[in-house]
Amino acid sequence: MSSLVLKDLYDGFRDPEVIKALSHEIKEEAKKLTSPIRVMEVCGGHTHTIMKYGLKQLMPSNIDFIHGPGCPVCVIPKERIDHAFVLAMLDDVILVTLGDMIKVPGSHGSLQKARAQGADVRFVYSPMDTIKIAKQNPNKKIIFFAIGFETTTPMTAALVNYIVKNNISNILFHINHVTVPEPMIELIDSHDEQVNSYDNQIDAFIGPAHVSVISGSKIYEQFPVKYKIPVVVSGFEPIDVMQTMLMIIKQFTQNRCELEVQYTRSVTYEGNLKAQALINKYFIAEGKFKWRGLGRVPNSKLNLKDEFSFLDAEKIYKDILPIDEIDDHHLCICGDIMRGIAKPDECTVFGTICKPSKPMGSCMVSSEGACSAYYKYGNLI
Amino acid sequence: MCLSIPSQIKHIDAEMNVATVDTMGIERSASLDLIDQDVVIGDYVLIHIGFAMNKINEEDALESLKVYREIIDKMEEQERLEALEEE
Amino acid sequence: MKTIDLAHGNGGEENNELISRIFYKHFKNDILEKSEDAAVIQDGNLAFSTDSFTVSPIIFPGGDIGKLSICGTCNDLAMMGARPKYLTCAVIIEEGFEQKKLERIVKSMKKELEINGAIIVSGDTKVVPRGSVDQIFINTTGIGEIQKKGISSNSITTEDVILVSNSIGKHGATIFANREGIELSTSLKSDCASLWPVVEKLIENDVKITALRDATRGGVSAVLNEWAKQSNVCIEVEENKIPTCEEVNGICEMLGFEALSLANEGTFVLAIKKEDEQKALEVLHSCDISKEAKVIGKVTTSYVEKVILHSAWGTKRFLDTPTGELLPRIC
Repeated sequence: MSSLVLKDLYDGFRDPEVIKALSHEIKEEAKKLTSPIRVMEVCGGHTHTIMKYGLKQLMPSNIDFIHGPGCPVCVIPKERIDHAFVLAMLDDVILVTLGDMIKVPGSHGSLQKARAQGADVRFVYSPMDTIKIAKQNPNKKIIFFAIGFETTTPMTAALVNYIVKNNISNILFHINHVTVPEPMIELIDSHDEQVNSYDNQIDAFIGPAHVSVISGSKIYEQFPVKYKIPVVVSGFEPIDVMQTMLMIIKQFTQNRCELEVQYTRSVTYEGNLKAQALINKYFIAEGKFKWRGLGRVPNSKLNLKDEFSFLDAEKIYKDILPIDEIDDHHLCICGDIMRGIAKPDECTVFGTICKPSKPMGSCMVSSEGACSAYYKYGNLI
Repeated sequence: MCLSIPSQIKHIDAEMNVATVDTMGIERSASLDLIDQDVVIGDYVLIHIGFAMNKINEEDALESLKVYREIIDKMEEQERLEALEEE
Repeated sequence: MKTIDLAHGNGGEENNELISRIFYKHFKNDILEKSEDAAVIQDGNLAFSTDSFTVSPIIFPGGDIGKLSICGTCNDLAMMGARPKYLTCAVIIEEGFEQKKLERIVKSMKKELEINGAIIVSGDTKVVPRGSVDQIFINTTGIGEIQKKGISSNSITTEDVILVSNSIGKHGATIFANREGIELSTSLKSDCASLWPVVEKLIENDVKITALRDATRGGVSAVLNEWAKQSNVCIEVEENKIPTCEEVNGICEMLGFEALSLANEGTFVLAIKKEDEQKALEVLHSCDISKEAKVIGKVTTSYVEKVILHSAWGTKRFLDTPTGELLPRIC
């Protein structure tokens, strides 16, 4: 058996000849479809791959993409971005977070603006880099503003674990970790009677790649079983996504509705049990988190367990953190866009009042959002 | 949420449970605290924000690459047949 | 109240917007508005340019802030076809800065001046309290004698092809890899180098140069977008023709960057008349710092003022001017 070299794991999944061949196979298979199908990629990383490699241009006309909730920061409610701003502006606080947070605007502006106004905001590559900052600044409170889906949650948990074990007293957490399956359900079967999830156009889901490495593909079982929507868990490389699309189309032409894994080299059914245990040790999914564009989704946000309240900046700084919910502009139709009921250019404020430099809703906030991608790539997509 | 990249383990510090990983000539350290499998030098892992998330299954990766080669072969054979038919 | 933030210094969209909205508005004149790498003055005989250097870390693999401060300004002159002649040098030094380090930086500057054949004729030194600047900031201003008139980023047409002089992104990737908190180890070095010797050879060989621009902040992506707007054309680039080295690819994968947006300090983009494509490549390949030069694209009118990136499998997308601060992303 020939052995694998590192380059294979990149180039091998980006080979232009394979991409062209898969496009051909997809087009051939799609001819057998009796009606068009619309596929949602849940994860912003997949939106990025589709846009960057122009994969829509390789699809036949009866296959369409619906761009999902995108990235974990673009769905954070505006008032929570304001929390970050308020905490950052405190004199004795150093706010630490990941690079994706820098441009997301709250009511006062983004963390970039806070820094420009004198706040001590630091962007780190890894949550563990927070420890060095805490050691160098013993008289300051270091607040780690934690963001991300299941892929990133275990790393925050590892930081919590380190702090608890080593008695580090000047690091606190503001947790904004969110889970993936719950909003997927919300899109197709909303808890809110006032929301029209009935008319959703989602025929299949492309399951997130690295969320699934941690949680296992088991978290998507309910979709084919209860909701009759197939899920294929895909890797991030263009060949991964193309192969996934072929697998989805074949499910329809062969009258199947299943959970499949395309990303077999990294995703198992059970996932990473050690990481899951670490998450469960410190966090609990509860409450009804209000996702931008989606509304109140139960049990989709993680909080620190009660016995770790002493680390919870949200509880400690309760008195100064704004609690009023900030709704998106009433003309924002991100919810409909994410359900495939509308396209970005059908939104009345698209490209005018709402654009990447001044985003009004979650779909425009990051480059992985549907509206942002449409704005940038326009009629080339 | 998901930017994780394949890297190869070059060195393991068992005491600190940290590996030195290489990605196309760039080396950095990655914590092994989250990995639930045994790893050795030469293994491929996915790295996300300073941590190794899992060990990449080499057999499955090679199997996938084999399938892709077959897809190209099938395509080339089809093109050859179509060219013959045209003649 | 609007304030300046770090994105305004990124060499990309916000930077350009700040420059037009405040500086160009008040300093309005024909020469400035041409937005070339260096101003062409005195009836097209002289080129005049200024640049400030604030890089951190000040010493990095492949160079230091001193080398950079000479290359930066001399390269801007070279990009207008001008031989660098006279430079000024103004430094702002933080209290507590080591004199030994200062001497090392000045020695680097001397070495680079010799490569360009230029001299420092005037200077200024300021020392400011600790914390007012990050160790040392340098400004250099230069005058050069134009050896080939008419080189301009406003003159690109469909008769031109686009070349890049070497593999891209090395400087930006090196600086990032050496920044505190990122902690990557690599043998990657900045491409920091003086470009006048290569440009001189292109001129001596009568290569029909339309435009030259070194791809500093904002990278090749910023240059191509600026050219598309300034010349009112569409630039179409083949992604698989763009030369990048393994390590730059590795850093881009790891941190979520695009090599096209990373800064270069010794690599430039050329717009050459089609018929001289081969001649240009031969000259470039004969010089050490441009051995990997390649043709990367052409000029059309399909989407005017835009840059299109063609993939190796027949798809295409717009390549935008970089926006925002360059930071590693998780998503």
